Amino acid sequence: MVKRFTRALMMVGAACIALGVTAQARAQEDPIRIGSFLAVTGPASFLGDPELKTLEMYIHRINGAGGLIGRPLELIHYDTGADANKARTFAKRLLEEDEVDVILGGSTTGTTMAVIPLVERAEVPFVSFAGGVVIIEPVKPWVFKTPHTDRMACGKIFEDIRSRGLSRVALISGTGGFGKSMREQCTQVAPAHDIEIVADETYAPSDTDMVAQLTKIKNTEGVEAVVNPGFGQGPAIVTKNFAQLGFEVPLYQSHGVASKKFIELAGDAAEGVRLPASALLVAEKLPMDDPQRPVVMGYKTTYEAEHGEGSVSTFGGHAYDGLMMYKQAVEAAGTADPAAVRDALEAIQGFMGTAGEVTMSADDHLGLDLSAFRMLEIREGDWVLVE
Amino acid sequence: MPPALVELLQFLFSGLTSGAIYALVALGFALIYNASHVINFAQGEFVMLGGMVTWALLSQGVGLPLAILGAVALTVLIGLALEKLAIERARNADVVTLIIITVGAGIFLRGLTSVTLGKDLHALPAFSGNDPIDILGATLIPQSLWILGVTAAVMVALHLFFNHTLLGKAILATSHNPLAARLVGVNVNFVLLLSFGLSALLGAVAGILIAPITATHFEVGIMLGLKGFAAAILGGLGSGPGAIVGGLLLGIIESLGAGYISSEYKDAMAFVVILGVLFFMPSGLLGKRGTERV
Repeated sequence: MVKRFTRALMMVGAACIALGVTAQARAQEDPIRIGSFLAVTGPASFLGDPELKTLEMYIHRINGAGGLIGRPLELIHYDTGADANKARTFAKRLLEEDEVDVILGGSTTGTTMAVIPLVERAEVPFVSFAGGVVIIEPVKPWVFKTPHTDRMACGKIFEDIRSRGLSRVALISGTGGFGKSMREQCTQVAPAHDIEIVADETYAPSDTDMVAQLTKIKNTEGVEAVVNPGFGQGPAIVTKNFAQLGFEVPLYQSHGVASKKFIELAGDAAEGVRLPASALLVAEKLPMDDPQRPVVMGYKTTYEAEHGEGSVSTFGGHAYDGLMMYKQAVEAAGTADPAAVRDALEAIQGFMGTAGEVTMSADDHLGLDLSAFRMLEIREGDWVLVE
Repeated sequence: MPPALVELLQFLFSGLTSGAIYALVALGFALIYNASHVINFAQGEFVMLGGMVTWALLSQGVGLPLAILGAVALTVLIGLALEKLAIERARNADVVTLIIITVGAGIFLRGLTSVTLGKDLHALPAFSGNDPIDILGATLIPQSLWILGVTAAVMVALHLFFNHTLLGKAILATSHNPLAARLVGVNVNFVLLLSFGLSALLGAVAGILIAPITATHFEVGIMLGLKGFAAAILGGLGSGPGAIVGGLLLGIIESLGAGYISSEYKDAMAFVVILGVLFFMPSGLLGKRGTERV
């Protein structure tokens, strides 16, 4: 009798454990699987590192608040080191083995482009965090991106130059990927803004002196403004050489150097330099009634609370925008089904992100306009909003 | 002055400034090459360490002169350690093996710096302000004068050292014939150690001088090292005066090329000139006209 009772008890116990296990197994099957491949190490680690931190941080927060449409989010991430070949391998793994519902990632244009054929074939939505305009032009059905493009930066700069009544522009560009791409975009959009490029100089990213190129520009007849598309130390050296040669025309830098680091490197020479930048950079300086203020302040304070004062960057912001846009699309679709989410992403209207207000359409998978950029001027070692 | 001359003067100033730095780096290559026939591909890393360590000390609140001294001392120590721990232990190996060891040491030093001091760009303050000096219409920043002045002083000091001290002569003797030098009582191992220390010193000085102009980061040594190597080849590998002439010439060629021809090919022009020199005078402008005896 006692024996039978014990056995019954044991069976109940076993059943309970079994049930518990299956319930747990179901919960593990249930999450929405977010795949990601970012350049967390290597030459583009300054992009991938804040992007991954942002994804981890906000996925943790969404899960803490009960998940997305009742399902937890699971992040599956691989580090590409900015290598396009690795990106392709990892994307394949994400799509075929991990069977993800969406891919958010791709820190650089190169890694993003390598992955596009795979996601198009697998029919899984893909939101890239990379800058290049080729990602969304021509439009690919399953590919979206969050950061503004070089072309928009050129447009913003030219708009500002025109508003000062100037039109004859000298370019001095870095020959690295960023400078080269932006130089091409600037030359392309110049006619549309009534801008005439009267000088076009270049320098290698590791050059230590650009006096020769700038002297040439200075001796070119009728230059009214100088624009420096570039990235890293080059623009800081250009700015110093520019001050040394005593130019009397305005100097424009690009969004590529929109960070406090640039002011620190260029020092006093940076006074009066203008550049287009994302609102995140000047979050505190935005007017109280600016519709973008709550978003950028929210992201900035959340990120800095976890990773230290002054650690926020626009790059992490691109990841934030991607994740939040996906969240909104899933909520609108009511499912994580890839096709439904893709349609919902394309239908996003008036989404306010750190990069600006996004309105997607069938022929625009970026959805930002020039107002996404703020024109800044450096005064007394700090940013001032020009508009 | 006519504008064309002002322009030329401006190009020359800018070329001489870069050239002086290349010359310092090239001298470092020459010193080690003379003592061991090894091309030290960690030379660029000495340049990087000079700048980065100075920045690190400055950010800890150390004054600029002391930070510079500290950075030079630390770089010299690292140079000595490289010789003691890596080169000396493999002294019986081929020269090629030793060269590969220096490549490895360079990668190691870069990695170590990126881990300990971070991957960010850093600026050093200019030694005496940023107000440009006007010379006949062309402008020069005070830091350029520092670079030219210190480079000249280093050259004079090296000249005195090699021609008027026993130690300097011992190094020269070793470079001409290590076996004969050993026979007359020169401690060849010590000479090698010394040449690494001196090269590290030159590299660190170059790195510190240029950092206020270009900013410094953990990878800054790669290109400067390559340009310095090119300058050393141009002047004749192993020749002190050759390294100086090669460095200055390389700087001026780059600057004039960028100014008068096209900035697109600035780096290419320097390397084309070097190819030309190697084709037509393989031992460089001032190198020893060596003949291999079989």
